[in-house]
Amino acid sequence: MIEVSTLQRIIIELAIVAVLIIGIAQFRAPVGARRGNYLGAVAMAFAIVFVLVSNDVRAWWVVGPAFAIGAAIGWVVSERVNMIQIPAMVALQNGMGGLASMLVSFVELTRASSELSTVSIVSGYAGVVVGAVTLSGSLVAAGRLSNVLKQQPTFYKRHNLILLLVLGVIMALIAGAALTGGAAQQAFLLALIAASLYLGVVFAIRIGGADMPVIISFLNTLSGLAAAIVGVTIQNTLLIAAGATVTSSGSILTWVMCTSMNRSLLNVLTGTMKTRGGGGKIEWPSAAEAAPAAPAADDPQSRSLAALAAAESVIIVPGYGMAQAHAAPEVARLADLLERRGKRVRFAVHPVAGRMPGHMHVLLAEAEVEYEKLFEMKDINDDFAATDAVLVVGACDVVNPAAIRTEGTPISGMPILRAHEAGAVIVANLDEKPGYSGVDNPLYEDPKALLLFGDAKDTVERLIVGLESAAEG
Amino acid sequence: MSKDVQSVIIMALVLAASAGIGTALILKVPQRLHTPLMSMTNALSAVTILGALLLFTEPSLSPLALAFGAVALIAAGFNLVGGFAITARMLRMFKR
Repeated sequence: MIEVSTLQRIIIELAIVAVLIIGIAQFRAPVGARRGNYLGAVAMAFAIVFVLVSNDVRAWWVVGPAFAIGAAIGWVVSERVNMIQIPAMVALQNGMGGLASMLVSFVELTRASSELSTVSIVSGYAGVVVGAVTLSGSLVAAGRLSNVLKQQPTFYKRHNLILLLVLGVIMALIAGAALTGGAAQQAFLLALIAASLYLGVVFAIRIGGADMPVIISFLNTLSGLAAAIVGVTIQNTLLIAAGATVTSSGSILTWVMCTSMNRSLLNVLTGTMKTRGGGGKIEWPSAAEAAPAAPAADDPQSRSLAALAAAESVIIVPGYGMAQAHAAPEVARLADLLERRGKRVRFAVHPVAGRMPGHMHVLLAEAEVEYEKLFEMKDINDDFAATDAVLVVGACDVVNPAAIRTEGTPISGMPILRAHEAGAVIVANLDEKPGYSGVDNPLYEDPKALLLFGDAKDTVERLIVGLESAAEG
Repeated sequence: MSKDVQSVIIMALVLAASAGIGTALILKVPQRLHTPLMSMTNALSAVTILGALLLFTEPSLSPLALAFGAVALIAAGFNLVGGFAITARMLRMFKR
C-alpha cells in the first residue's frame, strides 16, 4: 500500500477526470469517439488501480471474484446483444448503476468504524433513495423495451396520490433510520430500500413504449446523479466529477428528446399523452386537387413499383417498426438497388426514431447503410417537396401531417418529417392503425399515398423483387 | 475554516465545474453518436465501483455488508466492462 496525502489524492483524481473529459470531447465523429471511448476505459482502469494501491482493501476472496463475475457478464452480454436490444441493455445498465450506488450508500451508512459528517449522512440517504428508484425504474423500462412488459402504460387509480404517499413513507423511514442505530437503523434502511424500489415502479409504470427515448435518458441522468451522490458521501472528487458529467449528458439527451416530441418532461413522466381518441377528421387541402399518379384501378404494389422506377430522387423514412420487423437489411438492399439505377437515395432520420436517442443511426449502421445517406430532420425537411418518391417504413407519428395541420391533438406542434410534400408516398407499415399518439394519420387518405400494409420485411422484399423483374422483363 | 466546510466547498466546485464542462461538450455531440455516448456514460457511472472497493477497507464488515458490497462490485463491473465494450462494438459499425 502506498501512502498518499489528501492533496496528492485530489490531484491524481482530477488528472483522471481530465482524461475522461478529453475522452468525451472526442465524441464528434465515430473515429474520434472510438479514441474517446478507449481513453475513458484507460482512465477508469487507472482509477481502479490507484484506489487499490493507495488503500488497504481487504477481503480479496470477495472483491476479486465479484468483480470478475460482473466483468465477465458485461463482456459476454456486450458481444451478443444486437442493435435492436441496445435500448434494453442501456436501461439495464442504468439500473445496475443505481443498484451499485444504492448498496454502497447503504453500507456507508451502517458500517461500524466510520464517523460520518452531516453532509455524508444526508447524501447517504439520498444515495439509497435515488439509487433504488433508478434500479426499479430502469428494470420497468428494460422490461418494456424487451417486450417482457406490454407497451401500453399502466395507470393506477389515484396514481399521483400513491406517489405522494410513498414519498411520505420514504421521508418517515429516513427519519426513523437517522434517529436510531444498530439493528433498528438497519431495519429502517432495508424498509427504505423497499419503499424506494416501489417508488421507482410507480413512477416508471405509466410511461409507455414510445416514450422510452425520454425515460431512458432520464434514468441515465438519475444513475449519474446517484454516482455523484455517493461521491459526496465518501468525499471522492472522481465520483462527483464523473457522476456530474453523466448527469449533464443524460439531462441534455432528455431535453433533446422532449423538444423533438414537443412535450415537457413532466408531460412525459406523468404519462399525460394517453390516447385521447383520434385527432378527428382532418381537412386535407391537397386531396381534391392532387391527381392520382396512376390509374386508380392499379393496385398499390404496382403503382409503388412504377413510382420508384420513375423517381429520380427517393427519401426513405425509417421508424421503429422497421426494426421490429427486422427489415433494415432489406431496406438497405432496396436503397442500394435504387442507387444502382441512378437514383438519389437518402434516409431521413427523425430525432425520436427508435427507442433511445440516436438509435436509428445505430440500426442503420448495423445494416451497413452508409452514413453519407443519412440526414437529420432539419437538414432534409425542405427537400421533400422536390422529391419524387418517399418510402415510409414502420413510421407513423413522425410523418403525421396532423401535427402541423390540426390543433389540439397530442402531437400538435411536434416537428415532423414532411413526407406528405413529396410526389408519391409509399407506406410500408404493418397496418393502418394510428401510431402511439392515437392520432389518425391523414397521410393515409391522400391520393398520392400508396399503402402497402403488412410485414415490412416482406413488403420491401416484394418491392426489390418487383423492381428487379421489371428490369429484366 | 473547519475541514468539513473545506471539503464541501471543494466538492461543490468539482460538481459545478464538471457539470458545466460536461454540458458544453455534450451539446456538441451529433445526434448519430447519442446512443454510443449514452452507453459510454453508463460505463462512466460505474465509477461507483471505487466506492464499492473502498467499502472493503473496513476491517469488520457484517455478512450483510459483505454481500451488499459484493453485489455492488458485480453490478459496477458489469457496467464498466459492458459499457465500454458495447460502445466500442457500436462505433466499429460506423464506417466513418
